[in-house]
Amino acid sequence: MGEAVIEARKVGLTFQTADGPVHALKDVDLRIGRGEFVSFIGPSGCGKTTFLRTIAALETPTAGVLSVNGMTPDAARRARAYGYVFQAPGLYPWRTIAGNVSLPLEIMGFPRPERQRRIAEVLELVDLSGFGGRFPWQLSGGMQQRASIARALAFDADILLMDEPFGALDEIVRDRLNEALLALWAKTGKTIGFVTHSIPEAVYLSTRIVVMSPRPGRITRVVDSPLPRDRPLEIRDSPDFIALAHEVREALREGHGDD
Amino acid sequence: MTEPAAGPARSARNGLTAGRSLPVLAVLTAILAIWYVAAVGMNAAWVRDQAARADTVLSTGELVRQTLTLDRPVLPAPHQVAAGLWEGIAGQRITSKRSLVWHGWITLSATLAGFAIGSLAGILLAVGIVHDRAMDRSVMPWAVASQTVPILAIAPMVIVVFASAGITGLIPKAIIAAWLSFFPVLVGMVKGLRTPDAMQMDLMRSWNASAGQLFWRLRLPSSMPYLFASLKVAVAAALVGTIVGELPAGASAGLGARLLSGSYYGQTVQIWAALFAAAALAAGLVMLIGLIERLTLRRMGLAR
Repeated sequence: MGEAVIEARKVGLTFQTADGPVHALKDVDLRIGRGEFVSFIGPSGCGKTTFLRTIAALETPTAGVLSVNGMTPDAARRARAYGYVFQAPGLYPWRTIAGNVSLPLEIMGFPRPERQRRIAEVLELVDLSGFGGRFPWQLSGGMQQRASIARALAFDADILLMDEPFGALDEIVRDRLNEALLALWAKTGKTIGFVTHSIPEAVYLSTRIVVMSPRPGRITRVVDSPLPRDRPLEIRDSPDFIALAHEVREALREGHGDD
Repeated sequence: MTEPAAGPARSARNGLTAGRSLPVLAVLTAILAIWYVAAVGMNAAWVRDQAARADTVLSTGELVRQTLTLDRPVLPAPHQVAAGLWEGIAGQRITSKRSLVWHGWITLSATLAGFAIGSLAGILLAVGIVHDRAMDRSVMPWAVASQTVPILAIAPMVIVVFASAGITGLIPKAIIAAWLSFFPVLVGMVKGLRTPDAMQMDLMRSWNASAGQLFWRLRLPSSMPYLFASLKVAVAAALVGTIVGELPAGASAGLGARLLSGSYYGQTVQIWAALFAAAALAAGLVMLIGLIERLTLRRMGLAR
């Protein structure tokens, strides 16, 4: 598995609400090694997004220990350890695609020639070369999401956190982006945390699948993928794939037994 | 991994403007017609009274002709107002005290000064309110309260207070204009600076952006459409404020003074001419801001 990039021990997060405490996360133990592709799957309210946000230091755990790159998540955030991709592209409408990719680079103080080199490089990586001068509204939803991935890659953090990045896209575009994401992962060797609702997507992409369940949000099973790293789309018809998808579905059902 | 780019979905603007002139003309014609009828109706009593004193009987045609050509009508007819406007704008040297251009410039300069002060104050207060919770709680109620006080009550006090300190002319009027114009800018900018959603704030946080970077790169550009909308309201309010500031006794220059002296001497044509000059000024200012808005938003890629 290699050295641990993300390590969670007994991590818990309780929100205090008017209706009493809500246990978004409880006793989450997980160790993610360098270069892994880990998917988080589970029904709404299982805490998969919350867990990703605690890694990103966008939420703070109320219990347990969480470390990212051997630091606290907040120190890792300040060291710009990760790129985050949300479900919506969140591109600035007043900036071109290149301008949007440039934004984190400007904030981090990269000099102009370096910015331009990196913008060209990551736009190439997501197959958007030649679209740098367009405004977001001139691009389709799938292209916008690719631009937002380019933006998350631009400053070359070694962790990529993705919160249902393809959830709002149609199946055909989603397939293509899944394939492209695997190619990108192979090329960059980043550690990827990926939240999804889709069993086929999780099974197709991941080296490990973390199955979670709600009330309280917790990990019910971690499934290791026996699939090879090189995965053409057709692999989804293979017996291994189907067996794995079945296992994940069973795990989801177990965690859901009392509903 | 290539999908076709969505075509530039420019709206078919030209198609809209072509069908728009007819309704505009129809409304304009209707307004003029109603105005003429009203002018005849409202001035008829005076004309009949004069005729009775002179022991003459007027035909309907003569009655109508006289109601539309009175020197000091109750309601001047549109063509009389137009003539008064023309006389005031083109019939005088622009340095003359009877020139609407001269009075208009006095009003315009105070309006612009007040608008600048008010807008700047509105923007700065909004920035403070968005960044500081204590300011949000303490400033906003006072800002709202300031607008519930009738400007007609405040204006003479401002004029008197400044005059007692030896300051007259542009500055006290500009203060009154600023009083009215800071509020729409404040409300618009508070809303505008708060438009970025949680996700965009999270993104900035994930990049460890500083408060300054968050403001200049996210909050301020997001607020631009709100800024221009509120500036349009503010500039019209500034003009109203300036004119109200010119009404208290003593003012001898500006469109407000022109309105007041017209009403002292029953010069209704003069009042209406000054009113239309003020309206034209306001329309011009709003259009100017609209132009700047369009240029800015197009440069920002926000205009479609």
